[in-house]
Amino acid sequence: MSETLRRFVLEERGQTQDLGAYVVGAVFDRGGTAAFALGDGTVRIARGPDWPVAEVHDGAVLSMAADPLAGWVTGGDDGGFRRVGPDGAVSDIAQYGSKWVEQVASWSDGKAGVLACAVGKAAHVFDGAGAALKTLQHPSTVTGLAFDGRGKRIAASHYNGCSLWFVGAKTDTPRVMDWKGSHTGVILHPAAEAVVTSMQENSLHGWRLADGQHMRMSGYPSKTASLSFSRNGKWLASSGAESVVLWPFFGGGPMGKAPLELAGGDGVTCTQVACHPSHDMVAAGFSDGLVVLADIGTQRIIPVAPAAHGPVSALGWSATGAFLAFGTETGFAALVDFTPR
Amino acid sequence: MSDALIPVTVLTGYLGAGKTTLLNRILSENHGKKYAVIINEFGELGVDNDLVVDADEEVFEMNNGCICCTVRGDLIRIVGGLMKRRGKFDGIIIETTGLANPAPVAQTFFVDDGVRSKTRLDAIVTVVDAKHLLARLADSAEAEEQVAFADVIVLNKVDLVTPEELDAVEARIRTINRYARIHRTTKAALPIADVLNQGAFDLNRVLEREPDFLEDTEHSHNDDVSSMSFEVSRPIDPERFNAWISTLLQEKGGDLLRTKGILSYQGDDRRFAFQAVHMIADGDFIGPWPEGSERRSKLVFIGRNLNRPQLRRGFEACQAVDKVPVEKVGA
Repeated sequence: MSETLRRFVLEERGQTQDLGAYVVGAVFDRGGTAAFALGDGTVRIARGPDWPVAEVHDGAVLSMAADPLAGWVTGGDDGGFRRVGPDGAVSDIAQYGSKWVEQVASWSDGKAGVLACAVGKAAHVFDGAGAALKTLQHPSTVTGLAFDGRGKRIAASHYNGCSLWFVGAKTDTPRVMDWKGSHTGVILHPAAEAVVTSMQENSLHGWRLADGQHMRMSGYPSKTASLSFSRNGKWLASSGAESVVLWPFFGGGPMGKAPLELAGGDGVTCTQVACHPSHDMVAAGFSDGLVVLADIGTQRIIPVAPAAHGPVSALGWSATGAFLAFGTETGFAALVDFTPR
Repeated sequence: MSDALIPVTVLTGYLGAGKTTLLNRILSENHGKKYAVIINEFGELGVDNDLVVDADEEVFEMNNGCICCTVRGDLIRIVGGLMKRRGKFDGIIIETTGLANPAPVAQTFFVDDGVRSKTRLDAIVTVVDAKHLLARLADSAEAEEQVAFADVIVLNKVDLVTPEELDAVEARIRTINRYARIHRTTKAALPIADVLNQGAFDLNRVLEREPDFLEDTEHSHNDDVSSMSFEVSRPIDPERFNAWISTLLQEKGGDLLRTKGILSYQGDDRRFAFQAVHMIADGDFIGPWPEGSERRSKLVFIGRNLNRPQLRRGFEACQAVDKVPVEKVGA
């Protein structure tokens, strides 16, 4: 990288904590407060100097999303789907016995919202207040959940493809997108032009929703665990290579197009990506702890945090894009302030 | 580095053989260790442990051109999830269903990078019922594969058969798998040191034990599983070996259940451990040859339709050609 001589943003404009457990999620709530979900079952709320603790799960938190109104929702390996209020108060949304709640997802427009969690082969859908709406069954375990930009549709990845459901449908019939193999995560294009899954075989598979056209995006040296569309859906950022790999979703792409690769050259695997909510920029975390911010247009790289503290395992922007939160497998967590000064 | 890898024990066995009894025995023994236990939700008996994960055995085929490369997707997810609470347990025990073929479980530990980077497959332990094993072997391919894949066989319910019957059962096990350690038990009672931390996939111990090495020209033409081993004394040429073994696994991988070996590569002072499950192979250097030991390369095959002369010739041809001696100069 050409600009690593610059100071790291974290040094001047960041807060950090050693949380002592694997950071599973770094998510801002609708009010702009960051929280970190941990492998010890707690959620740490980044408020004040002490970052208060909420004891949420008996085991590990497996997944976290923003609550549609305020606070967060989490799924745990104790079978709980829970809400953590902005004050840290914990309440049950649903309980699934000894099953793991491996995936959670949410959507909100600030007024109404919808929630979902995946438990085995089922995706359970709830309204924004946590009242159960429906249960959607799949042929095999649901490995990823994603809402579209309007909260109308939900996608679930599983073996041999993914299923698209209408949240408000009276009768639930999915549109099944087929592709043989194990699909391990899913993301919907912000304008619902495409759905993309990550796959066991170090690749991505996509389907154009207008006509079902397949999109194959391969060549990664390791798994593509983290995916993020840029604000207008022009680019799909992905982890799994020794750079941030961005596929163009314009001009006929990604079919037949080469991806853009940013922040590469160090021989270290990118583990997390998160596109900025209002600019064509992408934050990326690497397996050595390095965090950078890359401008997709100019390809300029801003170093955020140095290579230390272990693989970056969680990364997220506040809704305004003024703050970035990240955490690592070793329990290091940071909140970085990008507000103009 | 390998010390940081979490050991995984796979417990297989036909319905009613005593798998869950053994599991509960392992868990209730006062060993001071904590295990994460992955069981099938349709298990016969309850399991008493703090950390029990219900799994659906979800097998899928890899898109990597290997027709027999099937993997347990549920295990990949569960191991990933368990790693989030790292440090809270010392090992993982996976109990499979009675009808399960062990290959997908074993292959998961070869194929998935995430699983490989965090765990090591310690041993496949198969519990068999002394009274019913012969009947099971006659009517079930899975029962045979469970024996074939085993590093350790717990020959259980020995109190229900005569000594002669027991010897016959053990002899039958030996025709399938000559290299597993067999423990005779009643109510699956045995020291857990015989089951856990076997290091079987490190191959060190398995291959040092060479039971009744037979040199014949046996060539099994039927569908019965058998096992064979081969030994050569000259160093192996890595390129020749790779070319031979990859072609062999590609062509016969469906029949070759397990292949394992310790190789002495030419020009290298370290032992190379090779292992494969069907077509999926893996290998790594495992430290130097012991001082003063004879550097003989060994290879073991467990599978169907093994052609001894062909395998032996193939392995022997992997030996490095002796260097042409430098001509002496002068008179």
